[in-house]
Amino acid sequence: MQELLSNSTYFAVVLTLICFQIGIWFKKKTGWAVATPLLTATIIIIAALLIFDIPYESYKEGAEIISFFLTPATVCLAIPLYRQIELLKKYPKAIFGGIIAGVLTTMVSIFVMSLAFGLNHQQYVTLLPKSITTAIGMGISEKMGGIVTITVVSISITGILGNVIAESFLKFLKIEEPIAKGLAIGTASHALGTTKAMEMGEVEGAMSSLSIVVTGILTVLAISVFAPLI
Amino acid sequence: MKYIKQLCMIAAVCLVAEAMEYFIPLPVAASIYGLLIMLVLLLTKVIKLEMVEDVADFLSGNMAIMFIPPTVGIMACVEEMKAMLVPLFVISIVSTILIMAVTGKVSQFIIRKTKREEK
Repeated sequence: MQELLSNSTYFAVVLTLICFQIGIWFKKKTGWAVATPLLTATIIIIAALLIFDIPYESYKEGAEIISFFLTPATVCLAIPLYRQIELLKKYPKAIFGGIIAGVLTTMVSIFVMSLAFGLNHQQYVTLLPKSITTAIGMGISEKMGGIVTITVVSISITGILGNVIAESFLKFLKIEEPIAKGLAIGTASHALGTTKAMEMGEVEGAMSSLSIVVTGILTVLAISVFAPLI
Repeated sequence: MKYIKQLCMIAAVCLVAEAMEYFIPLPVAASIYGLLIMLVLLLTKVIKLEMVEDVADFLSGNMAIMFIPPTVGIMACVEEMKAMLVPLFVISIVSTILIMAVTGKVSQFIIRKTKREEK
C-alpha cells in the first residue's frame, strides 16, 4: 500500500484536489475566518502522508504538476493589475507611500526582534525576506547566506497568517478603502495573502498583486542596506 | 482552440521571463519578470485582454491550490526549524501583523487625504 501510493503518478494530485475541496466545504460549513481551504488542506495532507508513511519527496514529485502552474498564474496577476491601472494612475502617492512604509516596517521590525532574540547574522538574513513571494525570497536568502528552507517556512507562516487574519484584522483596524486593503495584504503576505484579496474583490486583488511586485523589488534594495546590520 | 491559444501566449511570456532570470544577475524570480512583461504587453496593446483573459482568470483565481504542495513542505524541515523555533514564529507573526497595519493605515490616510483635496 505504502509503496503503491509513494510511486503513484496520480495519488498526490488526487489527494491535493480532494483535500482542497474538503477545505472549501469546511470553510462554508463553519464560516470560520481561520478555516482557509489552504490551511485545512495542508493539515489533512500532512496527516495523510504521516499515517501512510509516505515521504514528502514522493508527494512533492507527484504534486509538481500542480505547483508548476504557480509561475504562469503569477504572470497572470498582470491581468487584474491592467484592469485596475486607472487606480494606480489616480493614487500613486497612496500606493507607493503605503508599500514603502510597509517594506521599512518589515526591515525595522525584523532587525529589532532579531536583536532582542540574539539571532546571528545567518538566522537574521534568513528571516529578512519573509514577506515577499517565495520565488524571490529564496533567491535573496541564498545570496545573503541564509538558511533557504527556513526562509520558505517563514514565508509560508507569513502567507498563511496573512490569508487567515486579513479580513477580520483589517475590519478591526477600520481599514475600509479597497485599495488600502489590497496593499496591506499584498505587502504583508505576498501571493498567498493575495489569493484572499482576490476573493475580497477585483480592486483588492489587483492592489495586492501590485504590492507583490513592488514589495519584491524594494525588498531586494532594502535588504542590501539592512543585512550588514547584524 | 481559444484556450490553447491563450495558454500558449501565457507560456510564451513565461519562457521569455525564464530567459531573463537566467541572464540578469538579480535575485528576482522568472514569475516577477513575467508579470512585468505581461503588463507591458497589455499596456502597449501588443496583447489584447481577450487574447489571454479566460485562461488567465482561471489560473490566477485558483492560486490557493498551487500553494498547497510547497506549504506541505513544512513537514520536511522540522529539524532545521527546531533550532530557532520561537524566534521564527514570533518574528514571522509579529512583523506580518505590523506590516499589514502600517501599510493599510498609511495608504488609507493618503487616499482619504487625496479624496478630500479633490472635493
